[in-house]
Amino acid sequence: MTWRDTVITAWHGLTANVLRSALTMLGILIGVAAVIVLVAVGNGSAKAVNDAISALGTNTITVQAGRGEPGSFKLTQTMADALEDENLCPHVATVSPTITASATAAASQRTSSIDQVVGTVPSWFAAQNQPVETGRKLTSADVANSARVVVLAATTAEDLFGAADDAVGQRVKLGATSFQVVGILKSQGTGPSAFMTTAVAPISTVRTQLAGNGPLSSIVVQASDADSIGAAQAEVETVLRGLGHLNAGTTELPFSLQNASSLLETQESSGRTFTVLLGVVAGISLLVGGLGITNIMLVTVTERTREIGVRKALGAPRRTILRQFLLESSLLSLAGGLLGTALGLAVSQIDIIGITPVVVPGSVALALGVCLVIGVFFGSFPANRAAGLRPVDALRHE
Amino acid sequence: MSTPAVVSLEGVSKIYGSGEAAVAALRSVDLAVKTGEYVAIMGASGSGKSTMMNIIGCLDKPTSGRYELQGHDVSGIDEDTLSMVRSRLIGFVFQSFHLIPRMTAAANVELPLLYGGVGRDERRDRVSEVLDLVGLSDRASHRPNELSGGQQQRVAVGRALTMNPPLLLADEPTGNLDSTASADVMAMFDALHDEGRTIVLITHEDSVAEHARRIVQVSDGQIISDVLREPQGPVHMGAPA
Repeated sequence: MTWRDTVITAWHGLTANVLRSALTMLGILIGVAAVIVLVAVGNGSAKAVNDAISALGTNTITVQAGRGEPGSFKLTQTMADALEDENLCPHVATVSPTITASATAAASQRTSSIDQVVGTVPSWFAAQNQPVETGRKLTSADVANSARVVVLAATTAEDLFGAADDAVGQRVKLGATSFQVVGILKSQGTGPSAFMTTAVAPISTVRTQLAGNGPLSSIVVQASDADSIGAAQAEVETVLRGLGHLNAGTTELPFSLQNASSLLETQESSGRTFTVLLGVVAGISLLVGGLGITNIMLVTVTERTREIGVRKALGAPRRTILRQFLLESSLLSLAGGLLGTALGLAVSQIDIIGITPVVVPGSVALALGVCLVIGVFFGSFPANRAAGLRPVDALRHE
Repeated sequence: MSTPAVVSLEGVSKIYGSGEAAVAALRSVDLAVKTGEYVAIMGASGSGKSTMMNIIGCLDKPTSGRYELQGHDVSGIDEDTLSMVRSRLIGFVFQSFHLIPRMTAAANVELPLLYGGVGRDERRDRVSEVLDLVGLSDRASHRPNELSGGQQQRVAVGRALTMNPPLLLADEPTGNLDSTASADVMAMFDALHDEGRTIVLITHEDSVAEHARRIVQVSDGQIISDVLREPQGPVHMGAPA
């Protein structure tokens, strides 16, 4: 019996009970689609966060005072100035000391609570990768004069003025002080930086009008390029140790140095965990689909025992029967797998809970491969049982 | 007589179960069927005639004794070789037809050719030839449930003939048929006998056995009589007179 004939025979076996074959296939189909979609969602969410972090700029180091005893270590303007010293820190390009405060913003009739008014210097915009869309950014003159000007995030501008484009030139009250809006930040999608930063004003103005003469909230240091970030970080650490009067042997620093690549690493590992978790859940559903195939094939074998007997009586050798049933289960799982792949790829085109799924080609290959293995593996037990039946017993079966 | 034996049973026994529960279905049976013979094996249910049919049909193996089919010793061979033997040497006709449902008459007739490894074109020719022979050319694409009992059994006879086996083995071929269809099917067997085919019928009905030229009576696992009969004229099959 040729392979072609075997395939045709198996096909007849499957089409004999279309509803049952379709339901069995559905189990595999859902499993495969779930694997593809869930892995794509996991991958997509990880990618979205990674993109947001990369947008911060990979050559940026953020210095923040750590969890040490209160008052024991403070970031000061002196430190920021020292970091800008070319002799002390040759690998540092720009230093942007920042102070943050929260305030209620009011314009005409509308108000909006602003989580973070960032007081900083002009270099901050480049270091944080926050370009200005309309209007202008802050200038050195603004800082020197403690000018009452502010650059708003697009979302804040919309809240206060309806449309972001209308905001430039308008006046907004932050706390008790009236500021003139000079620019609007470029909208950055849904990344973390987009909702954290809502208004940017000169550091001198924020210090006097909103925050008081406290320490700096953070210092954003930009390395001269991405490759020198390690060197820059070492220089920053040395300077801060010196100015903070820390012993050379102190290992627990009272400040933290964060750069985008270290954030990225943390995020990537947690993203992977998430994707693996989703993949496992989907894999279980694939396994359940496989058990469905075993179940159906067992029922089929039992139901068709007499037919198997007839075929054997007519001269079908053991391996032909084995092949026919194996092929039936393989065809079922392969068809289910291909349809599941199509469904999975189709669903992955749609945004799911705000995440754009990104299909991992490996997951498609894996799902299809597992699917075939399931077909052969779970199909072989019933097939073996069918092939092993003695014709005389099989024929007598009612 | 120089005609070779198609079936040759020598001291064949079949015992089911073991120990005290052992039941002997056949006790040292000797039987030879020569080419061209038309034999009816008769017996009541439980007499061992079905066991005999299973052994002659290579569907079951004897516990002891020697069985030669067309001169080949088949008592000790493995399952796959037995499949091949069934495919080449035996054509089966069963009481309940045993056509595969959902497959057309033509596809059913084609099955033995498929398992016998016959090529596609040859298969197609042979199928139409056989359907012609059993007078069902116009029913080739009908499924078993679209055919009458008599037609189904004719398809089954056709299927048994496709590989041109030296032995035609029929197990109660008229058991599920009404008198008209029975006469029809038996007439086919008679015609096949006239062509020189070797036919072994298993039956418990005298009216069926009457068609045969030799009647073997089985009882309690042993052959109790084996008689040759003279050819008869057409036998009227119907309600007992």
